[in-house]
Amino acid sequence: MLGVMKARLVGATRGHALLKKKSDALTVQFRQILKKIVSTKESMGEIMKTSSFSLTEAKYIAGENIKHIVLENVKNASLKVRSRQENVAGVKLPKFEYFTEGETKNNLTGLARGGQQVQACRAAYIKSIEVLVELASLQTSFLTLDEAIKTTNRRVNALENVVKPRIENTISYIKGELDELEREDFFRLKKIQGYKRREIERQRASAKQFAEEQSAEKVSLQKGISINSAHNLLSAAMQKDEDIIF
Amino acid sequence: MIADEDTITGFLLAGVGNVDLRRKTNYLIVDSKTTVKQIEEAFKEFTTREDIAIVMISQYVANMIRFLVDSYNKPVPAILEIPSKDHPYDPTHDSVLSRVKYLFSAESVASGRR
Repeated sequence: MLGVMKARLVGATRGHALLKKKSDALTVQFRQILKKIVSTKESMGEIMKTSSFSLTEAKYIAGENIKHIVLENVKNASLKVRSRQENVAGVKLPKFEYFTEGETKNNLTGLARGGQQVQACRAAYIKSIEVLVELASLQTSFLTLDEAIKTTNRRVNALENVVKPRIENTISYIKGELDELEREDFFRLKKIQGYKRREIERQRASAKQFAEEQSAEKVSLQKGISINSAHNLLSAAMQKDEDIIF
Repeated sequence: MIADEDTITGFLLAGVGNVDLRRKTNYLIVDSKTTVKQIEEAFKEFTTREDIAIVMISQYVANMIRFLVDSYNKPVPAILEIPSKDHPYDPTHDSVLSRVKYLFSAESVASGRR
């Protein structure tokens, strides 16, 4: 159990480090995009102004009704946007790119007068679309990255502040419990040892006493009297003798 | 694309316009007769269509349906607010740009502190 918990802690730590790295990488990318967005937005204003101006020029030369001709001629989109995915640290960022497809139906627009102006106007608008598409892809990746950074940071924080402390608590609890068990065991062993030692001492003491008694017996036997009888004599003397009056 | 007539004309000239079999266009010309409801519907339709990756919306039109634009937060299709001819471009109204500006200033403050 402790091993499992420790493995989980190691895993959580590694995941945390990895996510942190990912978040850092995303933030770097995010700042780059931020800077680009600001500069592109500013340039967009300029480019839109030029294209509007060229449209006005075209209108002035080709007449008001060019508008209607253009509106009438719309059939299929010749300028389209293709999206492709770019991978930044595991986050898929859509990137747009525009491409032209087929002929525009406006080729005859302004045939009567102001054709050059109309073409210039068209070129200006295509250019502004180029900028706008770039801006759109930047903006999209901005939103996606923003979201990704948020989720990554949330995960990092969850790992750091919830998962890791929980696992650490569990580990410390298990360790405390194991220590307790160990101490109990140790205490029990000590106690048993103490009992045994006391038992041995008592036995040794009794053996010693027995040996002393034995040796005393031997000595008294050599003298001729059994120590027991001597003892008895003494003890008999201690007893009240009926023959002795005083 | 939701914009005024001139801007639409310009972009159509560049070739972004598309009309399908049912005469459905991928743009909406906003003039004085267009109601807010029409714009809202167009915006909703354009943001849910499969074949549209970028929705360009004139800034003054976006201001009319600001709540919709602000509540929209999906990455695809991207919403682009473009300046129109007779309304000057005001970056403070742009929902994305205001966020960018906010983050940018916060960041520059943070980097200045470092």
